[in-house]
Amino acid sequence: MSTGSISPALGLDAGSSVAESGRGARSRARPAWRHGGRFVLGLLIPLGLALGWELATRAGLAQGRLLPPPSRVLGTLLTLAQSGDLWVHVRATLTRVALGFLGGAAFGILAGALTGTLPLARHLLDPGLQALRAVPSLAWVPLFILWLGILETPKVVLIAVGVFFPVYGGVSGAIASVDRKLVEVGRIFRLSRLALARRILLPAVLPGTIVSLRTGLGLGFLFVVAAELMGASEGLGYLLVEGQQFGKPDQILAAILAFAVLGKLADALLVALTRPLLRWQDVSRDVL
Amino acid sequence: MLTIQDVAKTYADGTEALAGIRLAIPAGEILALVGGSGCGKTTLLRLVAGLDTPNSGAIRLDGAAITGPHPGVGLVFQEPRLLPWLGIAENVGFGLAHLSRTERRARVAHVLDRVGLSAHADRWPRDLSGGQQQRAAIARAFVADPKVLLLDEPFSALDAVTREDLHHHLLTLWAEARPTILLVTHDVAEAVALADRAVVMRPHPGRIHDTVDIARPRSGDPEASVAATRALRAKLDASLGRTLSRTAVPA
Ligand SMILES: Nc1ncnc2c1ncn2[C@@H]1O[C@H](COP(=O)(O)OP(=O)(O)O)[C@@H](O)[C@H]1O
Ligand SMILES: [Mg+2]
Repeated sequence: MSTGSISPALGLDAGSSVAESGRGARSRARPAWRHGGRFVLGLLIPLGLALGWELATRAGLAQGRLLPPPSRVLGTLLTLAQSGDLWVHVRATLTRVALGFLGGAAFGILAGALTGTLPLARHLLDPGLQALRAVPSLAWVPLFILWLGILETPKVVLIAVGVFFPVYGGVSGAIASVDRKLVEVGRIFRLSRLALARRILLPAVLPGTIVSLRTGLGLGFLFVVAAELMGASEGLGYLLVEGQQFGKPDQILAAILAFAVLGKLADALLVALTRPLLRWQDVSRDVL
Repeated sequence: MLTIQDVAKTYADGTEALAGIRLAIPAGEILALVGGSGCGKTTLLRLVAGLDTPNSGAIRLDGAAITGPHPGVGLVFQEPRLLPWLGIAENVGFGLAHLSRTERRARVAHVLDRVGLSAHADRWPRDLSGGQQQRAAIARAFVADPKVLLLDEPFSALDAVTREDLHHHLLTLWAEARPTILLVTHDVAEAVALADRAVVMRPHPGRIHDTVDIARPRSGDPEASVAATRALRAKLDASLGRTLSRTAVPA
């Protein structure tokens, strides 16, 4: 008996070769100026506020001691960058987020895939994980410190725990909501279990998985601040603590600015990396 | 020859969907299954497709029992059920993974041409109209060259003009390899336009009420068409427990 499921192509689908030439025709071209225009529009209010504050302090209308003007914040950031300190802190923070995110996402995807596909695993694992999810992740911190010391490991583990839950929930939810009607299409064509997973389940759960990864990445940045606030000798969170201890609000704001830029860049990177997988879903949302 | 031997199906909740269904369908016949909703038409197609199993009785294709999805049996659902992450050509070629790329490409191109979708081969399903999507779904079933093709009210969601257009495409495709077709419909005109024979079903439990030979109105004889329509309409009305007052054939 032939199963008819062994695809010679390595791509997501056997028929992919048929259409490869005309791929470009499917994506709707979006005028670049509209994209850029919207970007500028979004900057208008924050830039306006910053400029207003700058002018107010220059004109002596405001003191600027507790809330330094943008020029001073940027100056501090520049000094940190020139001395090389900024890169040390950025590297420390990014390394922690990257390790925690990779670990948390890997376990989240694994656990979500297990509970999503195997009823036994679901009955075994899901209630416990749901209970653990209800615990605010920061509550684990003392335990992690007791178990793992105060160096890098507890920080990375804390971030991984923060990333794990949204990814786990997103993946198992995406699997649970796969359209049974599409699975039947696979059955009609007699796909093996493996082929069904690869050709129907995987593409169907990809959008939900990627959304959950983005949420997870955001939480990764949330938890790296928490981890670094609880004690670190380097990292952007350390700059925050030090800025508070030595009364340097410009340094605190510089670190916050760095967090904002890094978080946004990391998210944009994730979106760019996963966009090719979701082109079919590229709804004309921006055109409206 | 497709044979359905004393098939009964009762769902887990106790619904008796089918009882004592017995049918013999010679190869190449187009058989219409007609009946009100809930009389087990979809259930019967799912059993023949091997998606569900009967509680008793057997379904045989050329003597061999069908116990699960079968390479010789294709199914077109009531909705197109195209995979949204594949282009039209990839959707149509979905069941051809075992073929070489060249052969797959050639067969997909051919069938797309037959249903008039060549120009849309590279588009996403969501960019097509309902009628075009349903054509792609029919092409996906035909391209695998099944001996038996099951169509579950494939045109019911479409407007009349699109429907006639699709009747034409269906008959064009059928003429190439002449598969056996089981077509579920509740449209008497559709049954008469497409089928060699119509089986009228009735519910509670689903069973065969009567059979009408449609003396090949597809040959274009309007008299035969009117007669077959009248006969089928009368039997459908009777199966629904209606009086025979509505037998007038609309012009
Ligand atoms: N999965 C199911 N579970 C329980 N009852 C079902 C199921 N599918 C269909 N039925 C019932 O079986 C009967 C026949 O349904 P169906 O085959 O869908 O009829 P039709 O396609 O002719 O409208 C109906 O009473 C319906 O409610
Ligand atoms: Mg039905």
